[in-house]
Amino acid sequence: MKFRTRAIHVGSEPDATGAVVPPIYVATTFIQPGPGDWGQFDYSRSGSPTRTAVEKTLASLEGAAGALAFSSGMAATHCAMMLLEAGSHVVAGCDIYGGTYRLLHKICNRSGISVTLAPAHDASQIAAAIRPETRMIWVETIGNPLLSIPDLSEIAAIAHRAGALLGVDSTFVPPCILRPLELGADIVMHSATKYLGGHSDCLAGVLAARDPELHQRLYFTQNATGAVLGGLESFLLHRGIKTLELRMREQCRSSLFIAQWLEKQPRVRRVLYPGLPSHPQHARAKQTMGDQFGAMISFEVDGDLERTKRICSATQLFGLAVSLGAVESLIEQPATMSHASYDAADRAAHGISDSLIRISVGLEDPQDLIEDLDQALNS
Amino acid sequence: MHNSTTLEELALESGKPSPRPNQPGAPAVHVGISTECVHAGEARQKANDAITDSICCTSTYTFASTQSILDFIQEKQDREEYGRYGNPNEKVVERKLAALDRAEEAILYSSGMAAIVGLLMTKLSSGDEIVFFDQCYHRSREFCAKHLSRFGVVTHQVTTGDFNAMDAAINERTKMIVSESPTNPHLTAIDLEQFVALGKERNVETLIDATLATPFNVRPIEFGVDYVWHSATKYLGGHNDLLAGVICGSKEKLEPVRKLRGILGGINAPHNMYLLERGLKTFALRMHRHNENGQRIAEFLENHPRIEKVFYPGLPSHPSHAIAKRTMKGFGGLITFLVKDADWKETGSIIDACRIPRIGPSLGGVESLIEQPLVMSYFDYPPEAREQFGIFDNMIRLACGIEDPEDLIADLEQALSR
Repeated sequence: MKFRTRAIHVGSEPDATGAVVPPIYVATTFIQPGPGDWGQFDYSRSGSPTRTAVEKTLASLEGAAGALAFSSGMAATHCAMMLLEAGSHVVAGCDIYGGTYRLLHKICNRSGISVTLAPAHDASQIAAAIRPETRMIWVETIGNPLLSIPDLSEIAAIAHRAGALLGVDSTFVPPCILRPLELGADIVMHSATKYLGGHSDCLAGVLAARDPELHQRLYFTQNATGAVLGGLESFLLHRGIKTLELRMREQCRSSLFIAQWLEKQPRVRRVLYPGLPSHPQHARAKQTMGDQFGAMISFEVDGDLERTKRICSATQLFGLAVSLGAVESLIEQPATMSHASYDAADRAAHGISDSLIRISVGLEDPQDLIEDLDQALNS
Repeated sequence: MHNSTTLEELALESGKPSPRPNQPGAPAVHVGISTECVHAGEARQKANDAITDSICCTSTYTFASTQSILDFIQEKQDREEYGRYGNPNEKVVERKLAALDRAEEAILYSSGMAAIVGLLMTKLSSGDEIVFFDQCYHRSREFCAKHLSRFGVVTHQVTTGDFNAMDAAINERTKMIVSESPTNPHLTAIDLEQFVALGKERNVETLIDATLATPFNVRPIEFGVDYVWHSATKYLGGHNDLLAGVICGSKEKLEPVRKLRGILGGINAPHNMYLLERGLKTFALRMHRHNENGQRIAEFLENHPRIEKVFYPGLPSHPSHAIAKRTMKGFGGLITFLVKDADWKETGSIIDACRIPRIGPSLGGVESLIEQPLVMSYFDYPPEAREQFGIFDNMIRLACGIEDPEDLIADLEQALSR
């Protein structure tokens, strides 16, 4: 079955009632056949029918041995990092999500884990950062907020030569476009709050592993630490996944249209969008993503921090907010919002300038979005 | 009738002045349907600055003081009072649906049938008459024939699309003429211009059940129809996970309908309304795909040697294709077809052999559904009644979801070639 059909049917098999949509289980515990005799579900931290259903769908969509649903994207990333131990070293991309940066530099470091940042789009610099104690390479399918594109197959080879795992945060690129596990990644992570849920109304995270044994290790950690997704959120996530491919197709098409328009605007200095030939890794993006380049666009305007702030505040359709990936278009200033947790020096070193604006293109009519950006840029 | 939503209206729907007003004097910018699906009817700035509407689970609404109750009653303040009169989640969806249907107002009910019952109970009294085109949802027919009749309301049924017969059935007691468009399960599209003209000429109100068309494909209010009825359970909700119904029309005509709803109580709970609001965000996107899947699969079936006949308004072979083409943007996901030389059991075995569509009533959700009208809805009817309603033993109704059309075609192919 093709992707969209699997998104609708795998994991939604009818139960005894024949309900076309699986029921929402909110039970915390399950009655057992006998003492020491365990049923399929025991306590909902360990597993619950609604969560298991959406995990089955996600595993099918990612081509994974198994998938795990967490209460947030950060909970999922943290679970992956808990595979490490004191003395382990992580190589991470330079333009990663600010929350991941904070987790690595301000939480994992307390457990004796060290981190080196390297530009993920340049595999040779990733290779150069490897140390004997490197156990994990962590990159994003599309970097945030500079939208750089790493060569995942090459980085997977580097990781495996070094005896390390490759974890890929593919939040910006859902599995209908690209499946990192097929390119050699060991773990794919999603903030499912974004495209997978798609409606700005549930926080969720996902880990999916290629290898069954690695999946079991992650499950052990998830069960032991407990940041699982609840029944109601599992239902909303599952519902959102049914329109994932449709939403993505439309949002990618609108984004290319808007990026091409932005590139022609005199008040815009440069546009970062993998679908534009001007993007430094456009050829690589075309190779792995086909004709869909995601729905995030970053661009630099002609102006300082204050002027950039004013533009972000002047839109009528775009909401001024962090997060992304939903039906509503959003706009934000990385320097003061999504990447404020980066140290100022790291922001400067990695090209996250004060005049950078990041937009998440939603499902609105693209012509309406362009008109809104036009009036904001000229306000 | 209302025009499409403007950018300014989207910003103003918070009920307070927009924090980011348009330049004064600038021309109104009308937004596209997908923008309306995402934003229309919602407050731009919501409680606690949340991007989505909160689910307001409360049965009653409190007043600060006795004086504030008096203000509410005497000044007719627009605020909530008690859950049976409506709730904020329902109001947001009513505004969104009214915008999509170009209506002044929309009133939601807890199911499609609750909506039509609410409308007819408001508009009809003992001694009144209504005239129906005969191809229609069997429960609508049953309600009018078996239940409205107990209150002295007379129902006439005439052949679908026969305007002379409808004209002849109208008399001085007739209050309303009613039709589905397209009809279920024969997918006959009605000439809405002629329907409205007849209503005006004979001074009767007009009601169209546009459940199968949806405002994506046709907006009967733009033709001058008085009331539009949808089972929102179908394409509007779109995920087979909620029941709801809606009546759209003018403020003036719907005012007594809303009052009666407040007494009869067939409203929607806030949770349900949140799901409908969420479903509407992808409405335009889903309808594109339902239209595309419907057309492709109808063409596949028409060319299949085992198929005797396909009812789909997007096919030139359909008797109302010309009307549908003139009035509709697309033709939806519902297809009815007859299997060549098959009795009712063999027809059922083809349905049983399908692996993707689930067997069940309803339509309009992301999951495809398939059923045999004879078995699902007309099993208790005598053969002559089934023949009168055009329900054949070898008839299958397929409600295409939004799955990949190639998967659906491959599945039907294997089911038909067993």
